[in-house]
Amino acid sequence: MNTPSKRTQISITVNGKTYSRDVEARRTLADFLREDLGLTGTHIGCEHGACGACTVTVDGMLARSCLTLASQMDGCEIRTVEGLSGPNGLHPIQAAFKEHHALQCGYCTPGFLVTAAAMLEETQDPTEGQVRDWLSGNICRCTGYQFIVDAVLSAAETMRSETEERDAS
Amino acid sequence: MSDTGIGASVKRKEDQRFLTGRGNYTDDIDRPNQTYAYILRSPMAHARIKGLNIDAAKAAPGVLAVFTGADTAGLGGIPCGWGVNNKDGSPMNEPKHPVLAEGKVRHVGDPVALVVAETYAQAKDAAEAIEMDLEELPAVVNMEKAIAGSGPQVHDDAPSNLCYDWELGDEAEVDGAFKDAAHVVSIDITNNRLVPNAMEPRAAIGEFDKATGEYTLYTTSQNPHVIRLLMGAFVLQLPEHKLRVVAPDVGGGFGSKIYHYAEEAMVTWAAPRVGRPIKWVAERAESFISDAHGRDHITHADLALDKEGKFLGLKVYTKANMGAYLSTFSTCVPTYLHSTLLAGVYTTPKIYSEVKAIFTNTVPVDAYRGAGRPEATYLLERLVSKAAWELGMDQVEIRRKNFIPKDAFPYQTPVALQYDSGDYDATLDKALELADYAGFPARKAEAAKRGKLRGIGFSTYVEACGIAPSAVVGSLGARAGLFESANVRVHPTGSVSIFTGSHSHGQGHETTFAQLVSDTLGIPLENVDIVHGDTNKVAFGMGTYGSRSLAVGGEAIMKALGKVTDKAKKIAAHIMEASEADIEFKDGKFTVSGTDKEMAFGEIALAAYVPHNFPHDQLEPGLEEQAFYDPMNFTFPGGCHICEVEVDPDTGVVEVVNMTAADDVGRVINPMIVEGQIHGGLAQGIGQALLEQCIYDEDGQLVTGSYMDYCMPRADNLPDFKAATTETLCAHNSLGVKGCGEVGAIGSPPSVINAVIDALRERGVTDISMPATPQKVWQALRAAEMPAAAE
Repeated sequence: MNTPSKRTQISITVNGKTYSRDVEARRTLADFLREDLGLTGTHIGCEHGACGACTVTVDGMLARSCLTLASQMDGCEIRTVEGLSGPNGLHPIQAAFKEHHALQCGYCTPGFLVTAAAMLEETQDPTEGQVRDWLSGNICRCTGYQFIVDAVLSAAETMRSETEERDAS
Repeated sequence: MSDTGIGASVKRKEDQRFLTGRGNYTDDIDRPNQTYAYILRSPMAHARIKGLNIDAAKAAPGVLAVFTGADTAGLGGIPCGWGVNNKDGSPMNEPKHPVLAEGKVRHVGDPVALVVAETYAQAKDAAEAIEMDLEELPAVVNMEKAIAGSGPQVHDDAPSNLCYDWELGDEAEVDGAFKDAAHVVSIDITNNRLVPNAMEPRAAIGEFDKATGEYTLYTTSQNPHVIRLLMGAFVLQLPEHKLRVVAPDVGGGFGSKIYHYAEEAMVTWAAPRVGRPIKWVAERAESFISDAHGRDHITHADLALDKEGKFLGLKVYTKANMGAYLSTFSTCVPTYLHSTLLAGVYTTPKIYSEVKAIFTNTVPVDAYRGAGRPEATYLLERLVSKAAWELGMDQVEIRRKNFIPKDAFPYQTPVALQYDSGDYDATLDKALELADYAGFPARKAEAAKRGKLRGIGFSTYVEACGIAPSAVVGSLGARAGLFESANVRVHPTGSVSIFTGSHSHGQGHETTFAQLVSDTLGIPLENVDIVHGDTNKVAFGMGTYGSRSLAVGGEAIMKALGKVTDKAKKIAAHIMEASEADIEFKDGKFTVSGTDKEMAFGEIALAAYVPHNFPHDQLEPGLEEQAFYDPMNFTFPGGCHICEVEVDPDTGVVEVVNMTAADDVGRVINPMIVEGQIHGGLAQGIGQALLEQCIYDEDGQLVTGSYMDYCMPRADNLPDFKAATTETLCAHNSLGVKGCGEVGAIGSPPSVINAVIDALRERGVTDISMPATPQKVWQALRAAEMPAAAE
């Protein structure tokens, strides 16, 4: 039998808010977010990094929170689905998901949203092939993906025009 | 059409919470003072439990209780909901399905012990300290070996592992039809075993309130009332009024969350014994070895044709894998959901079907998206395409020649069902146009220049859903009625709450059902709330499966809305001092015909609750109505799926380059949602045809027990779909709706495989099984090149 694991003190910033917590060494980031911080938007679909439902960003990089230990996250900045929308409402990717019916049961959706938002920060004008490639690390059992791809392409367009407007003003 | 009523692509009301991470799935619920459960499962497919030492586990840190089959042996078994009789009329073999294993384990994953602790990690750690002394027994996985009679027995009281040997039709009579045949085309096919893999793993929280004696179960279910009935009445014998079952947001089901599972009973039963709420959440590896699997049929079939290619008769012999125990609806899938559909869209006059259901040392098998109809469709459409190739007929011609003509409805098939409406030429024509069939030869020639083999495959199908008329299913062995209930509560200010027995786990009921209300009552969509998934809120319900939510659940809502408007008219007549017969209701307004008197719906709603001058002997206060709707018949969506693939002959890789679906799902309430349902079904159909396969080794170990081994369709595996609907109305419900949840998964697999075979035919390949993996395709090509070497 395993002996109860050691505990570590971490300071972690999630969606702009900093938390200091004492965590078991074996606690995953996903469990930490869901159970210690009550941020249940991050979902666990497979515990082996294969479905992408638990995707978050760690210092801007996409990460599988089910395969990441909370104890490794000391000093890191995490963004989860709860951190996507701002005071002005939904993030363009969230709005596009609604507009294009890119979600059904909603369980995989947070992972797709976080993935797509991070990708669109890197590449503003993706092709359909690029989008399918980006999203191939996330499994959706409901939609058949086409509407998700449509939503990401549409959000990219919205974000480009927002950037242009900002630049013009 | 209003912008929120029937026919409008209204954006979904439920999306806001899912998009912002504020859904409320079972694992998101934490109950005060909650404990956690881990379930120790059998690592062997078949073994005698010689000993279980739980002492060390009980003493482990944080552990509150450990339960084994010795504790739960007095409980009822997990019940099967559908009895099927043998050919001789005797009942099927129905061995006990214990909550925790009793004496033997019968599949990898069979639950052996329940460990409850302060934390999940502690429960899991403690489970490792349980000494499980198993005497391994030979396992049987293969259905042919299972019924041979000489091998291992899964259950001592099921000789030759036979659950039932059932038939439909008169074999001798169908043999007669074969005597006149100019051609007989035969096929042996396997419908591959699948794991449903809803993205949300199953979870359950059991809770007991000592003060009131009330139990609550939160569970990932498609039908909370069914779980309450099965678990409460059959397994735990709890009084129904003291048992609440809540199925909150549920992350996909596809059939796998219909059934009553042992884990639900375990946590509910153990909660009072531990004295605290108990939460269990499956890990994905547990899902693979404990969620009911799907399909797993082996079939031989013969089709008799005359010299013109008209079908004369069909004989179908199927072996269906039940797994180790009978899951809730397992027994009706190969019989009443499969064999009754073997006429398909064709006028085949004589049909015989035999089904042997077989126990094996594998996870129970039950309905998975389509349930029986994909198996029938795959068989028929493979067989029809094979017949066309063997007879040198065109794939379209052979189908048209045998279609049930559109003026033949209602059409009585020789296999029990009566189709109410359909137009198979219309869906075929639509699909041919969308797929640009005429342009196929040019595309094939162009692909050949690139070294690719291009093929096109057809599937013209019908399915039976809107499950189901209680009288019919009752006569066929169902142990439940399959009606639906609805309650319409009009609040004093005119907003409306709908309580439905249907359950949404992705289908968008909160939007589609609200559209029905908006359309009927003429009120804005935001004034309507759809309440579902809680037995303490909703009076009763049979839940969501078999594409029944709109055709049965929606009709119940319409029926209750009809009662509400009838009552509201009485109130309007009283207030406007008119005869009830003169009251008209349109666009949210009650008017007295021939006058300018009118009252808005909201004014009537308020009056209903402020009945200052009601004649109480004639008019009750309040505006709330309940209805139960039991359908007259199944509904029969149908259509045509055309798949175009390119095969790389050097690697065997199959790429779906065009996927066209023209489906007649009856009247469409929300086209956006319907298209989403069709896309999802197509993805699962293509997944079955090309990627997914659940594999057990000979010892009964699950080889494909993770997403690294079980190949799920991903965004880069699938094309953009061309999906369209045509419309013939259902003849026996008020909305004219048929159902759209399963058509994609039912119609598409044979179109994909027929396309692969079409691509490979020029190289001499005539058969390929699902999933058509690169390895399988490559081997088929090599074997065809060197027939001698392949033997």
